[in-house]
Amino acid sequence: MLVPGADFPHLCAQCEDYPCVEACPFKALSVSRRTSAVLVNDKKCTGCGKCIEACPGRIPHMHPANKKIVICDLCSGNPQCVKVCQEGGWNVLKTVTRREHPYGLYARKPEEQTRDLAVKLYGEKAEEFI
Amino acid sequence: MILGYAGKFLEIDLSDGTFKDVRFDEALLKDYVGGRGLAAKILCDRLIGEWEELDPLGPNNILLFLPGPLTGFFPGGRICVSGKSPQSNGVVGSTVGGEFGVELRCAGYDGVIVTGQAKKPVYVFIKDSDVEIRNASHIWGKNGKETNTLLNKECRRLLSERYPRYGEWKEPATLYIGPAGENRVRTAVVLAKWTHAAGYGGYGAVMGSKKLKAIAVKGTGPLPEVADLRKVKRLINAVNANAYENVLWRRWGTGGGGYSFAANTSSEPIRNWQEEWHNERSYGVDQFENRVWVKQSWSDFGCPTNCMKIAFVKSGKFKGAITDNPDYELQAYLGPNLGLFTPEENVFMSSLIDDLGLCGIQTGNVLGFAAELFQRGILSKKDLDGTELKWGDAEAFANLAKKIALREGVGDLLAEGTYRAALKIGKMKGKDVLRYAVQSKGIGIGAHGIRSGKDFSTDIGYACSVQCGDHTSITDLAEDGSVGEVWGIFNDSAVICNFNGFGLRRNFKFDFYNAVTGLDLTREAWGKGGGLKTLQIQRALLLLGGPDLKWDPRVHDDNPSRFYEPLPSGPYKGKTVDRASVRESVQKYYEEAGWDENGVPKSEILKKLGLRNVDQVLRKLRKQPAEA
Repeated sequence: MLVPGADFPHLCAQCEDYPCVEACPFKALSVSRRTSAVLVNDKKCTGCGKCIEACPGRIPHMHPANKKIVICDLCSGNPQCVKVCQEGGWNVLKTVTRREHPYGLYARKPEEQTRDLAVKLYGEKAEEFI
Repeated sequence: MILGYAGKFLEIDLSDGTFKDVRFDEALLKDYVGGRGLAAKILCDRLIGEWEELDPLGPNNILLFLPGPLTGFFPGGRICVSGKSPQSNGVVGSTVGGEFGVELRCAGYDGVIVTGQAKKPVYVFIKDSDVEIRNASHIWGKNGKETNTLLNKECRRLLSERYPRYGEWKEPATLYIGPAGENRVRTAVVLAKWTHAAGYGGYGAVMGSKKLKAIAVKGTGPLPEVADLRKVKRLINAVNANAYENVLWRRWGTGGGGYSFAANTSSEPIRNWQEEWHNERSYGVDQFENRVWVKQSWSDFGCPTNCMKIAFVKSGKFKGAITDNPDYELQAYLGPNLGLFTPEENVFMSSLIDDLGLCGIQTGNVLGFAAELFQRGILSKKDLDGTELKWGDAEAFANLAKKIALREGVGDLLAEGTYRAALKIGKMKGKDVLRYAVQSKGIGIGAHGIRSGKDFSTDIGYACSVQCGDHTSITDLAEDGSVGEVWGIFNDSAVICNFNGFGLRRNFKFDFYNAVTGLDLTREAWGKGGGLKTLQIQRALLLLGGPDLKWDPRVHDDNPSRFYEPLPSGPYKGKTVDRASVRESVQKYYEEAGWDENGVPKSEILKKLGLRNVDQVLRKLRKQPAEA
């Protein structure tokens, strides 16, 4: 977290319009028919990073070892992060049915997201930390 | 081959700005594991010959940042900071939570060893095997929160400039000091995030003496390979499941302690330990929960307990103060110990102490000490630079804390910590003020008193601990004849969180260690081997002392005088500990620990443990025991 307390997962927001898929020059990204999540074809991915630039939240991550893009694929419909979050009783993450919602609003850059959360926690005091 | 280690350590010489990889024999790692044990061993091997003359705040001290083989695996990441302590002149293994140890191991290092002294302020930035010593002049002088913000920004900028196609980087993990460390205040901490600190030992001052403002690390590799991955995963789940059961612990952390350690167990420092009982409902955990906790589930990476909270004062005089719970130790020492009994005052004090880079325990201890001297008319308003240091006056205490961090006026005296300040004030006033110093061998006692007999602390726990007043390393006469402190040494050497181990069967940690390393260490073998070796080294170095202070076990292996005064109030009114029985237990403890009647580790024990070099150096202490 950039500001302690203002933690958040910087992961795919499941946009409805898939700017990353559109931006891939190598057609390495596709949309899962089952979960609507973005799938990365490692064989086609060149690690050019165009999808990062296209994402409003700069969310796709480059794998440090194989230099391929990593995007949340919702674990084929059974997200493990949700599982452990429920096991731990935090109940922050839940699996929901996809609806007509502007999910893309949640694709935010770390600084933007931090600012919002920090202001929510600390009010105007947050300005000192951003 | 021993698994669970990255395979190399990073050694940085700040005097000439060079660094190199160093490796230790597997046999040594098997014995001392990591963290506190390994720190003691490294310091002993390199410095025991010059230990007595070695100034902890001089260029020849060695500063160590050592995770252990369980760091990153055992839920709840910590790292051990060590070196020669400017508080005890011995070695303290001081652990702090956060991601530093995990990032470091993912960067390929099992630890960082810092020697020498930089000419100008620097910080070290580690990205995998890329190591840089960078100018820190622009961060020097900044408080904790400012430092954290500046470092996050700068390191993230460097990463995105150097790896433009990589997208967004999570900020590196950072350990840093505030103004107190820069000014070599002996009660200065090594900080992480805003509110985490390696407090005991005073290693913030050592960082400051080396002009090392911070170390930031980003590792992109995996954690080291383990011997039995399936078993490690199973054990991780077991730690988590155990932690999830502990509902109140998760909800309150240690934040319930500020009320309950006083009201229930009469073991909380109140007005410099003049009392240990209160029943102030204004200090109940519900008051913290409802009035100042703005985030109740907050933890470091991988921790199932989330004992931390975020506290923020939203209204009143102390509006804008931010810290964590505060945890029990800070609740006590920056609360009732100063006569403060509201969450707002406590959060205000804790937030300030964090920002200054001071230790909440040690600074609360010295502030309480000063206030008692004021109460008794020993220190006057003039002595305190015009401050009326009255119990319950948060602003007066805050002003004094600032003076301590900056070593201004009387703050310079109190910056030496309670014991050293007591010696100086005693001389100045021609009075014995040591009786008001609630400390053991230079380290203020943790906030768990022994008089009521109802807390986990023990009659000789602080008197005989090699980490002195450290409440996380108290010792005892164990029923099975083991030396009580060796179990804490394991936690600090494998480097795991004490709290996440609560309630697990006692062999559990050793099973975990074996699953990671592929070894077959038993609890008993640790107690007679690595644990005991570490204990003897720490004891030996503590007794060798430093140029300004040495300890005589016959005098200093004892409780502070205050603990022999009867409790004046509460359900345990009148209770105290018996001096004669403490003396007896101390002697018994010496025997169990393998120390002679003067508390010096015996020659045959040291030889049996393969610590011949320690034995040789200790000969002079055996011949001429210091005068009582």
